[in-house]
Order: sequence, then C-alpha cells, then structure tokens
Amino acid sequence: MPIFISTRESDDKLRKKVMEISGQNFQQCFQCGTCTGSCPMADHINVYPRRIMALLQLGHRKALEEANTPWVCASCHTCMVRCPRGIDITKVMEALRLVKLRQNIDHIEPKKLEPDQVADMPQIAMVSGFRKMTS
Amino acid sequence: MKIAYYPGCTLKTKAKNLETSALASLDALGIEYEELPRWNCCGAVFSLADDDLIHMVAPVRDLIRVQERGEDTVLTLCSMCYNTLARANELMKTDEEKRKTINDFMDEEPDYQGKVRVVHLLDFIRDDYGFDKLKEQIKKPLNGLKIAPYYGCTLLRPKEVALDRPDNPVVMHKFLEALGAEVVDFGSSTVCCGAYQVLGAPEAALQVSHEILDDAANCGAEALALTCPLCDYNMGKRQAQMLEKYDNAKELPVYYFTQLLAVALGIAPEISHLELNRESAGKLLKAKNFIES
Repeated sequence: MPIFISTRESDDKLRKKVMEISGQNFQQCFQCGTCTGSCPMADHINVYPRRIMALLQLGHRKALEEANTPWVCASCHTCMVRCPRGIDITKVMEALRLVKLRQNIDHIEPKKLEPDQVADMPQIAMVSGFRKMTS
Repeated sequence: MKIAYYPGCTLKTKAKNLETSALASLDALGIEYEELPRWNCCGAVFSLADDDLIHMVAPVRDLIRVQERGEDTVLTLCSMCYNTLARANELMKTDEEKRKTINDFMDEEPDYQGKVRVVHLLDFIRDDYGFDKLKEQIKKPLNGLKIAPYYGCTLLRPKEVALDRPDNPVVMHKFLEALGAEVVDFGSSTVCCGAYQVLGAPEAALQVSHEILDDAANCGAEALALTCPLCDYNMGKRQAQMLEKYDNAKELPVYYFTQLLAVALGIAPEISHLELNRESAGKLLKAKNFIES
C-alpha cells in the first residue's frame, strides 16, 4: 500500500497530541521493525506497528484513522521491551485510542455484549476491556 | 510477621480455584498471611497515558492500606493485579511530581512514598521462601507430568516490574521442577494470549490462544500451567470454541500454578476446585495417580 504524502495530509496537531498523551518521542523510531516482528496480533491488524510509527512521524491522520492496530493491540508490552530505541510503543497505541475515546467515541458497546458471552468471563477481562475501549 | 495478602476481584468469583489452592498451599508451607481487611479493585490495567493520574488512585489506595497496617510487603496471586499494583508503586517511588499530585489529591489518606514491596507468589517463593525449602515440603511429587510453563505478559513486562528476564524467564520453570514435574520449554511461553481483546477482537484472541496451546502440545507438553485468570479464560474456558473452529485443535489441560502446588503438597483436591477447570484437568491428574479417582 503506497502512502501519498503532501503537506495537506500532514496533521501536526495529531502528532503533537499523541506525543503529549504518550510521553513518547516516536521521531526516534528508525524503522527496524522489531515491534512488528514481536507483535502477537500481527496477523489481525491492517497496519503493522512499524508503519504506525512512520505514519505518526508524518502526521498522516487519514491513514492512522483507518488503522485497526490500536484497537487490536492487547497491551502485551512485547514491542516495548524489545524496542532498541527505547520507545514505549504500547503507550503510543494507548494515546491513539485515547484520541478517539476522549471525543466520546466508544470502540465497543458494553450493552451489545451477549449475556452468555460474558457469563463466565472474569472481571479483569471486562474491567480492562472497558478501560481500553470505552470512553 | 504475617504478610499482607491482596486478592483482587476475580479471585473471589471466577477464579476461586486460584485463590483456594494458593491459600491452602500457604498454610501447608507455614507462610502466615492476612487478607487486607479493606481493599478495592486495582483497575486491572495500569494507565498508559502520561496525563491520566486518576486511574492511579485505586491501586495507590490499596498500597496505603498495606502501609497503614505497618506491613512492608503485599502478596498478590493474580498477574494483572500484580502488574497494576507494582507499576503504581514504581510510579510513586520514582516520579516526584506525580507522587505529589496524587498525594495532594488523596488528602484524606496518609501520604504514600512507594515504600511497600509488591510481590507475586512466584517471586515470593523464589526469593523469600526458597525452591530448596519448597522441595522438602513436597508430599506427592508430580513425577512424569510433562508441563509447559506459561508466563503471559504482566509478570514479565515492562522490565521495571518483571519477576524475571522478560524474554527468557525461568522462575516458573524452577517452581514446576521443585514440584517434581517435567518442564517442557516452548517458544510461546511469554507470548500474549490476546488478553482483553476477548471483548474487542474475540476471534483474534481465540487464534493467538490456540497457537500458544498448539505450540505447547507440539513441544511435548501434556498440560499447561499459568498464573492469570484472563489467560485461563482465553486458553482454558475458550478451548471448547477452539475445538469447534480449528481442525488441528487438541484438548490440553490448563491449571493454575497454585493448583499443581496444592496437589504436590498433598492437599485434598476438593480445595483446588478442579471442577472450575475444564474436565480434562481433573482427568489427567487422576490418570497420573496424583489424586484419587
């Protein structure tokens, strides 16, 4: 998938917002791909973490909004412990979620969960899932 | 001195088999503990946003409950509680500015400086009790049980709160060896099971969980030991869905590490509530003559 870059596509506000919420300087990413190679969800995301970092460096809002990556990320921290640049990519994913959630846009609707789906589910699944995917 | 014990929400309901087996084992090992008389949910996950301190209040409040009892260590059994409490503790210890904001905000509580030590039962047994001493207490060694140790995420990552080396841990290996079991090393022992994505991307979580179990079985394991109720849900309870969906899926008994400890200590199996695991869990222990059928 080629990325078309123009000054019109670049959103400096989003770049700064994600940097502010995450406290991470993703400009330091040198695109080694260790995060992507370590991601347990790599088969289920449409944009790999390495590419997310590049899109953030460019402030490419549209491509970032189309990525399901932050919503499939399980916050396992594997990319974070392995990143040779010391970037906490897990925090970057959290910031990308929060940019949406803080506009009161939920990713999952607790009301729509089937009773038999949650009957045996441990509390920690629901508490953590709602923390990560609802506003 | 009695050690303060923090159970967390899940251990009182869906993961009773983790709590009852652990507490009976502590008694058998002569480790004195006392459940905190007042505790609240830790929040299950540590907040990863730099500007979000309100989610630190819950875990810090729990740590204050430990501190006000004059205890220096708090023992956890649930991996997610361990991680959340340990990270909140680390933040209070190392970040002066945030510590001040949180302490000022919780003005009805005594100030907290991060002085409590947060431990998980695995590192407590390794560092405070000792594997050699544990070996002496074993009444029914799990000889011949080929078991894969599964660590998951929250005991090992991030590094600041890791019980062991994040990419190459041995603590559960040594624990299971002390019980007399035959440890089966496998590549996926630190790979995430999908965690809370059981809510957001349930099919993705099912597949990654299936791949972990498949890897363990492929390496020769007859069963898997784990520490976290969410991992147990994804890899234990959801095995029924895996068996339906994947042609190569095979039943693999899954146990909490404390259930295996309790069996090896000769504690009555009823206490470990094996009926809360999948049926295969009790069956395998009976077939191996570790418990009576």
